[in-house]
Amino acid sequence: MLRCRVIPCLDVANGRVVKGTRFVDLVDEGDPPELAERYAREGADELVFLDITAAPEGRGTLLDIVERTARRAFIPLTVGGGVRSVEDMRDVLRAGADKVGLNTRAVAEPDLVRRCATVFGSQAVVVAIDARRVATGQGIPSGFEVVVNGGREPTGLDAVGWARRAVGLGAGELLVTSIDRDGTKSGFDVELLREITSGVTVPVIASGGAAGADHLVEAVRDGGAAAVLAASIFHRREVSIGDAKAVMAAAGIPVRMTTSEVTA
Amino acid sequence: MTSDAARVAVVDYGAGNLVSIEQALAAAGATVHRAVAAEDIGDVDLLVVPGVGAALPAMTRLAAAGFVEPVRAWIADDRPFLGICLGLQLLFDGSDEDGARTLGVLPGRTVRLDGAPTLPHIGWNQVSLRRPHPAFAGIADDADFYFVHSYVGRPDPTAGDAVLADTEHGVRFVSAVARGRLLGVQFHPERSGESGLRLVENVVALARRPVVEWSAA
Repeated sequence: MLRCRVIPCLDVANGRVVKGTRFVDLVDEGDPPELAERYAREGADELVFLDITAAPEGRGTLLDIVERTARRAFIPLTVGGGVRSVEDMRDVLRAGADKVGLNTRAVAEPDLVRRCATVFGSQAVVVAIDARRVATGQGIPSGFEVVVNGGREPTGLDAVGWARRAVGLGAGELLVTSIDRDGTKSGFDVELLREITSGVTVPVIASGGAAGADHLVEAVRDGGAAAVLAASIFHRREVSIGDAKAVMAAAGIPVRMTTSEVTA
Repeated sequence: MTSDAARVAVVDYGAGNLVSIEQALAAAGATVHRAVAAEDIGDVDLLVVPGVGAALPAMTRLAAAGFVEPVRAWIADDRPFLGICLGLQLLFDGSDEDGARTLGVLPGRTVRLDGAPTLPHIGWNQVSLRRPHPAFAGIADDADFYFVHSYVGRPDPTAGDAVLADTEHGVRFVSAVARGRLLGVQFHPERSGESGLRLVENVVALARRPVVEWSAA
């Protein structure tokens, strides 16, 4: 049976893992490859690596850090941030990523999703959708609007409609982040997740707002997520990967248990 | 590097992550190099064809680099071979994904994983052996490995003896094949943590062993 994945997220700015409420009050959390290795050892099912300074500052992804990270962690690595073309994606995959996340650029140029999926396969293309709640009557039927550039720029796009369109273009997975909840520790936006997961067949990774293992359970059980992503709760050891999985397993969610967790 | 380290060539046909499989092979003690054209394969003990994505662009690139006949001959001679993900699917006759004709060393086709609750099939799932195989020595049956794919190889009934393991995602599908000194896996051992590294170690250890040792448990 397919396991529900627990995915630590490494937000990277200037070569260091950071965490704040997006772009505000960034706190240094460590060296990316070092954290990646620790998480792999502790039972993380996958890693997501977001170069959060790449898109706003117009820089390319930090390929050397991607490669150092990939060499130390024998679990899958998704890299997002600063990918603007098929060539950018090729570079990131060749540096050691298994999947590439497209966000701001995909909204600006949806055909990029199709081209990347054609060349590398849908399974390598993750479309990351940052969404916020908006009042009804603004031309956004679901009440969830796509925002870009790290959550700072509204697009007028309906997040649910964009999710379906992205899958139609070839996205093999969606990473759905609630900007309202990100960094707030108030739990995932389960309604946002349910709206999106009910309309697509690709796996959806839930992101934004996790403060404890119970939130991870909610995202899967009530939101329909195939994977759950969190950053600060893992970086700061507020919840271990093993404890998170134990709570999920107790709630009847299939998870991968590794020997090191059993003995930990 | 000691002289008895197994020598491995990884076929590089353009796209995708080769860092992980090279690192896993090196961690298993192998001497690894990338082959970007057939003449680069050289005198090695094990040939690895990795890869993700669609069959047609892969076959086009393999053909352009002259790999198709040398890889077929390698397998026909029963020299040690590991195909991973697309590298397994390419062993069959053709792919429904884009109509590509593939290597045709195992009777069967690559078909969409219809009946799956989510596609692509992404994540860790259990691999159930139908018979013992030394590549899985020291790995628990039903151990979890990492998958990322939408298509699967479907062997013809005549190739049923090549089926080594299967996995369930809404439907059961073939997740490993083995015949002689050929092994093909649908999952990514290089991304499957300790179980995956153990499998890579086992295959590297088998690379210089005669075929009789590839079938013993």
